[in-house]
Amino acid sequence: MNLTLKIWRQQDANTKGKMVDYPISGVDEDMSFLEMLDVLNEDLISKGEEPVEFDHDCREGICGACSLQINGEPHGPDRGVTTCQLHMRMFNDGDTITIEPFRAKAFPVIKDLIVDRSSFDRIQQAGGFISVNTSGNTIDANAIPVNKHDADDSFAAATCIGCGACVAACKNASAMLFTSAKVSQFALLPQGRVEATDRVLNMVRQMDEEGFGNCSNTGACEIECPKGISLENIARMNREYIAASVKK
Amino acid sequence: MSGMLNSTIARKVAMSLSALFLLIFLLQHFIINFTSVISENTFNELSHFMGTNVLVQFLMQPILIFAVVFHFVMGFILEIKNKQARDISYASYKGSANSSWVSRNMIYSGLVILAFLVLHFIDFWFPEINHKYIEFAPEDPTRYYHELVEKFHNPIRVGAYVIAFVLLALHLLHGFQSAFQSIGVSNKFNATLKSIGKFYAIFIPLGFIFIALFHFFNH
Ligand code: HEM
Ligand code: SF4
Ligand code: FES
Repeated sequence: MNLTLKIWRQQDANTKGKMVDYPISGVDEDMSFLEMLDVLNEDLISKGEEPVEFDHDCREGICGACSLQINGEPHGPDRGVTTCQLHMRMFNDGDTITIEPFRAKAFPVIKDLIVDRSSFDRIQQAGGFISVNTSGNTIDANAIPVNKHDADDSFAAATCIGCGACVAACKNASAMLFTSAKVSQFALLPQGRVEATDRVLNMVRQMDEEGFGNCSNTGACEIECPKGISLENIARMNREYIAASVKK
Repeated sequence: MSGMLNSTIARKVAMSLSALFLLIFLLQHFIINFTSVISENTFNELSHFMGTNVLVQFLMQPILIFAVVFHFVMGFILEIKNKQARDISYASYKGSANSSWVSRNMIYSGLVILAFLVLHFIDFWFPEINHKYIEFAPEDPTRYYHELVEKFHNPIRVGAYVIAFVLLALHLLHGFQSAFQSIGVSNKFNATLKSIGKFYAIFIPLGFIFIALFHFFNH
C-alpha cells in the first residue's frame, strides 16, 4: 500500500508543533500500525532526518504505552485494540492518515507523538491501592470469600491498562472512565471497602486537580477503550462519591 | 455552596438534580396544557389553581426559577471548563465514531431552549406577574384559556415554538438517561429507564407541538 501520513511534529514541550506530510510506500497490510511507523522512521533515519517519536513498550496490548490519535480516534478505527494491535489492513491503498498525540491539558506533549501521562500515576497514587500488613503475617487474599459476580466485575475493571484513550476520545478530555475503573476494582472487594470512602474522594480530587474535564456521559470513552471498560464503573464511582461526600 | 460544587462529580450531580426537577415540572406543565385541547373549563380551573395557590406561587415557582437559572448557568460553566480541559484541539476529531450528535451538543440544544424560555417569559410569565402582583387586577378564573389561544394566532410564534420543542426533544434524548447516570443509577432497570427516556423525550415535546398547532388551526 502507498499512504500519505499527516504527522504532528513538535521538537519539545515548549516549542510549537505542526502537522507534516510524509508519503510512505510498500506498506504491508499485515503490518501493525507501529511497524508501519518503524518503516517510516528507518527511512527518515537513512535520509539523515529526525525520526518520529512515539510511545510503545509491550507491543501486545497490555502495557498501555502506545497512544496515538489516528484519523480522529484514539488507537485508530478498530475496536477493542491498542495502536500496537491495529493492523494496516484497516486502511486502504492511497489513504491519508492523520496521526496526532492524545490531546488533553493534563497530557502535555513531550515530543512529537509522546505525551506525559503521569497525571494518571498521580490519580492512582492518591488512592488506587489497599493498605496491607506485609511484615510477615500478611493474610492471604483468598481467605476472605468474595461473591463471584463482584469478583468478575472487579476483575473486568482491573483490566484497564491506563492507556488514556478514554481521555483522548472524550470531547471534554475527562478521565472519569479511567478513574472509575480504578475506584471500582477495589470498591467491589471486601479488602477495598476498608478505605473506600477516602479512596474515591482523594482520587476524584486528584483527577480534578490535574485539569481533566467533566463527564457529559457521551459514552465515547467506553467505545474507544481497548479493554472494554464499562460506563457502569462511572455510575458506580458517582454513587461511591455521593455516599462518601455525605459521610465525610 | 460554591465549595460543595468544587468537584467535577458534585457539579454533575447538581446538574442532574436540577434537570430531574425540570423533567417533573415539564410533565406537569404538559398535562395541564393538554387539557386546553380537551376542555376549556378544566384548563381554566387548573390554571386558576396554579395561578392563585399560595404553595405553588410562593414555594414551587421560586424553586422552578432557581432550577432553570441554575441549570443553564451550570451548563455554561461545564462547557467552559470542558473546553479548557483540551487546550490544543485535534486537527482531526471524529466524534461521530463513538458518540451521538445530541450528546456532544447539549450546549447548542440548550441555547435554543434558553432563547425560547426568554420568549416564553415575555409571552406568558411577565404579563402574568404584572397582572397579579403589580396591577393587582381582579382575578377572572376564566381568562386563562383565551390568553392561551390568543398567543397561538401568530404563525411566527407557533413556528418558533415548534423549533424550540424539536430542540428540546434532542436535548432530552441524551439528557434524560444522562441525568440518571450522573447520580449513579445503574441497575437492572437501565434498559427500561432508557426506553422511558426515549418515550418522554419524543412524546412530551411532540405533545406541546400538537397543542400549539391545535390552537393555531382551530381558532
Ligand atoms: C435553559 C436552557 C438550557 C440550557 C442552556 C441547558 C444546557 C444543558 C447542558 C449544557 C447540559 C449538559 C451538561 C453536561 O455536559 O454535563 C444539559 C443537561 C441536561 N439538561 Fe439542559 N439545558 C437547558 C434546559 C433544559 C430543560 C428545560 C430541560 C428539561 C426539561 C433540560 C434537561 C436536561 C437534562 C435531563 C440534562 C442531563 C443532565 C446530566 O447529564 O446529568 N435542560 N443541559
Ligand atoms: S479505561 Fe480503557 S481507555 Fe481508559 S485508560 Fe483504562 S484501558 Fe485505557
Ligand atoms: S505497546 Fe503496550 S499496549 Fe501497545
